[in-house]
Amino acid sequence: MRLHALGLAVFTLATIAAAPAPPPLRVCADPNNLPFSNAKGEGFENRMAELLARELGTRVEYTWWAQRRGFVRNTLDAGACELIVGVPVGWDPVLATRPYYRSTYVFVWRRDRALDVRSLDDPRLQGLRVGVQLVGDNGVNTPPAHALAARGIVDNVRGYPVYGDYASSAPSAAILDAVVHGDIDVAVVWGPVAGYFAGRLGAPLDWAPVSPAAEPPALRFTFAIAAGVRKTDAALRDRVQTALDRHADEVAAILDAYAVPRVATP
Amino acid sequence: VNRRKALCSTRGRRVAASLAALIGILLLAALLAHPTRHVGAANSDEGQWLRPAGDYASTRYSALAQITSDNVKQLRLAWSFSTGFNRGHEAAPLVAGDMVYIVTPYPNVLYALDAQRGSLRWKYEPKPVPAAQGVACCDHVNRGAVYADGRIVFNTLDMHTVAVDARTGRELWKTKLGDINRGETMTMAPLVVKNKVLVGNSGGELGVRGWLTALDLASGKIAWRAYSTGPDADILIGPAFKPFYASDRTPNLGVSTWPSEAWRIGGGTVWGWISYDPELDLIYYGTANPGPWNPEQRPGDNKWTSSIFARRPETGEAVWAYQFSPHDEHDYDAINEQILLDLDIKGARRRVLVRPERNGYVYVMDRGTGEILSATPYAYVNSSKGVDLKTGRLEMNHEKTPVLGKVVRDICPASPGAKDWQPAAWSPRTGLLYLPHQNLCMDVEAVDTSYIAGTPFVGMNVRMVAGPGGHRGELTAWDPVRARAAWKLKERFPVWSGAVATAGDVVFYGTMDRWFKAVHAKTGELLWQFQTGSGIIGQPITYRGPDGKQYVAVLDGVGGWAGAIVAGDLDARDAGAALGFVNAMRDLPQHTSKGGTLSVFALP
Repeated sequence: MRLHALGLAVFTLATIAAAPAPPPLRVCADPNNLPFSNAKGEGFENRMAELLARELGTRVEYTWWAQRRGFVRNTLDAGACELIVGVPVGWDPVLATRPYYRSTYVFVWRRDRALDVRSLDDPRLQGLRVGVQLVGDNGVNTPPAHALAARGIVDNVRGYPVYGDYASSAPSAAILDAVVHGDIDVAVVWGPVAGYFAGRLGAPLDWAPVSPAAEPPALRFTFAIAAGVRKTDAALRDRVQTALDRHADEVAAILDAYAVPRVATP
Repeated sequence: VNRRKALCSTRGRRVAASLAALIGILLLAALLAHPTRHVGAANSDEGQWLRPAGDYASTRYSALAQITSDNVKQLRLAWSFSTGFNRGHEAAPLVAGDMVYIVTPYPNVLYALDAQRGSLRWKYEPKPVPAAQGVACCDHVNRGAVYADGRIVFNTLDMHTVAVDARTGRELWKTKLGDINRGETMTMAPLVVKNKVLVGNSGGELGVRGWLTALDLASGKIAWRAYSTGPDADILIGPAFKPFYASDRTPNLGVSTWPSEAWRIGGGTVWGWISYDPELDLIYYGTANPGPWNPEQRPGDNKWTSSIFARRPETGEAVWAYQFSPHDEHDYDAINEQILLDLDIKGARRRVLVRPERNGYVYVMDRGTGEILSATPYAYVNSSKGVDLKTGRLEMNHEKTPVLGKVVRDICPASPGAKDWQPAAWSPRTGLLYLPHQNLCMDVEAVDTSYIAGTPFVGMNVRMVAGPGGHRGELTAWDPVRARAAWKLKERFPVWSGAVATAGDVVFYGTMDRWFKAVHAKTGELLWQFQTGSGIIGQPITYRGPDGKQYVAVLDGVGGWAGAIVAGDLDARDAGAALGFVNAMRDLPQHTSKGGTLSVFALP
């Protein structure tokens, strides 16, 4: 028994000596999309990637690609990388873990305006200048944009493509800059973007979750976010799941540090 | 280079027809007598091919007649050239002097080859920024270059227009026209008119505002820019603007047909074809669909998206405009080619432009005034009910309006339209247009979770399927005077290539399952075919080589929107990929792989 253990130890040492460094955790990420990720490692998904790599006993190696049409095809599916840190649950191109946070679209206004808009049915939305994020995917846009249009709130709505100006250091912040500068009174923005930028622009911003949380048949304003891998990569998904489960407190701390708005459901 | 007027007289051909009749070839006379009343078709550039459409009228007709319907079966490969790239090759080769020029998809390399032997003379690499791939909306195609005054001019995906010395490949100028970082790209082929290089942008899905810009051919300096949306001053609408329909005459429709400021990011990009009539001194081109708003967010006609403009080439001043698809709900860009012909319509000679439109109608319009003379479906259409010739308005079928969260089946045509960018050819000898197009419908089935730039949302799950008959592509020979099809050829896949017609009564086109075909211009009979290395989505051309022989050239290299499943390695199980096009193209990988090659054919 002792001899066996010794033999195993020698074998293990020999293996370690001969083996190259463990393969890196290859992460597919956008190099310029704060608060999620950037090439300087300043986003909360960068921090999440580092946490997961540490738990898996390795380091992060990024494949950078703008997170637009073709992102998965050119990164994950091209075999260039193996993990996307943040994906919505139910998103078809990937195999996802269980969600590690749930966020919501929020109303955002300048703190000194104290608008406190909380409901899509707030009558003031008929007259306020409202900003919405646009994705323009064959005439489909963010859920609040559809919800406002369904209420006939159209003429006072300004659109801000989520792509923004990719030459700037924070392309998605344009809609919140517009709130700060008074181009619009209130914006309806995906939670993580609002939470992060609310305290980082020229004037403090306040936000509140959009209510109701959903509008049948097609609209909902809350989404559960998980990590995603290739559909054939269940083994990696399971390892990442284990790491997420084991470090739930650290995950929560990272999300807190970036002021990511979170909701209990769905 | 001798560049005579493209819209030339037909007197010579009329005399020829009379002679033929005199010597008693009665059948031939009967065939020629009718078509000789059509003008505007001759490619007068001495056997060269100086712009993708051949001539300014965009006929893609060649007067070369060495290769005929009788001898085309002997056609064989003379030489070929691999481009070294794998994205979709949509460009037309150019021929100027003794050289053939091809521009590749991103990274937009320009190759110059000996027109007779195929030897590589030089290449020019503009080196567009790699980020252009990630931020471009669609496949990284390029639809071709143009030759003018000793220069080859073309656009790069990353928003530059470049002019290169046609003999040496030396860069003469390179002008930045927009910012890839704001979602703008360029894929269209420029046209040079009166020493102005005319170019337009792509990227309506990303919040881009469409424009056509003119650059000085000698210096590359921007001369004027005409937007598709916004105030009249931005659209270059002034006192000379006289649209045919009364509803189009109100000032500032580019603002008032949108909610508040929505026109500022309203789309209407210009990524298709431009034609020019030297006699009327008007250029013609179309604008893409409205974006990135959803239809409910942009009540109104959304002018001037999905429209056509007639402008003065020197100033850009708009002379008339017409909107094919007001308040577009189906992604029916109006960027297709306009073919300038003089036709006898109801007993009167009319200067017309013919537009085989994405919404499924062939429009025959008076090109001086913008009046619609006829608008007839050339494919199965149920998304609209017809065009009111009094008001010019397309009557929509609201049962087929895609609504988020609602299942709408069998919308025809699908988003790529009955015909997309792939350009048609015209033969004055037959009086027929040869339309390469698709036969696709779509279902908007369910909502799906989507994700872009860190932002989750609910999307529509679009699935395209074959239209009536089960085939996905057609080549339709269309008689624009009688407003009906003379014959149709069915193809397995969308016919995503261009067409070219010749005085030898041969029409060439390519298929996505790798066949380069020659058919009889009168009957559609298949006369010859050649299996290329990859599927064909390029534009065939024909030219006279330095040795006096007639050559036919085409780029293969499948891709584009229709071929994204192969060029982009998309998953056949992902029905919604490529905006739903993959569903209709699942079997394409069984027929072709990717990779671009120029093939040049001649008689032995």
